[in-house]
Amino acid sequence: MARQLINVPAKVKRGQVFEIKTLISHIMETGFRFTTTGDKIPRDIVTTFSCSYNGEEIFRADLYPAISANPFLDFFTVATESGTLDFKWAGDNGFSETASAKIVVE
Amino acid sequence: MIGIIRDNHGQDQTSCDPTRSHARRLGWQPRGDDQARAAIRNVVGEASVRKGRVDLEVPPLVENGNTVSLAVSVDSPMTTTDYVKTIHVFNEKNPQPNVISVHLGPRAGRAKFSTRFRLADSQIVTAIAEMSDGTFWSASADVIVTLAACVEGI
Repeated sequence: MARQLINVPAKVKRGQVFEIKTLISHIMETGFRFTTTGDKIPRDIVTTFSCSYNGEEIFRADLYPAISANPFLDFFTVATESGTLDFKWAGDNGFSETASAKIVVE
Repeated sequence: MIGIIRDNHGQDQTSCDPTRSHARRLGWQPRGDDQARAAIRNVVGEASVRKGRVDLEVPPLVENGNTVSLAVSVDSPMTTTDYVKTIHVFNEKNPQPNVISVHLGPRAGRAKFSTRFRLADSQIVTAIAEMSDGTFWSASADVIVTLAACVEGI
């Protein structure tokens, strides 16, 4: 269970553009490093992240080994209706995590 | 005068500074090393990439290449008819040319995102945005890295 941090404003005005910040704990092993005995450390990264607002996808990112450990993403969306924001991470070795946040639109 | 070749016109050409020559060659066109160029071609196809509309925020001098802040914003009204479809970020000297590809839509409201990434060497970072009308816009930034990521053992 990877730890996630989600930052979404609790209340926003209708039509307002608001910021969403997400972070998940993950090693993001590049697959380009070697151990002291010369063995290659296999790649283990988060490959995709997506965010949907009441079921509709509003943001998606394809991540590569160049993204730092504990991938942080900060993006925006327009407040339409009150509801939930669902976050999904997927990666190597069957990595899959979800999170959700409630949003109240006034 | 080590590393300086004087050509016929009396201008100095430094042969020991690949970053500068890359900067000159890159200009606004996606022309990094072959790998980066191939990765950009893969995304852009035969379309031309124009410089502008994209704002790439990367610190010019980085102490630790393991976490470098990156923010990309694109000048776009983000309406249902005119919006940013995708933003790609490329580098030229990491083991892989891709950094991130972000897919947006009119519901994003603002074409902006930020994240943190790794840099294996001092190099040029390029962001390319694909608009809903099929045009491509780009911005590049020079980054100097003192402690590189990716290459160290454990």
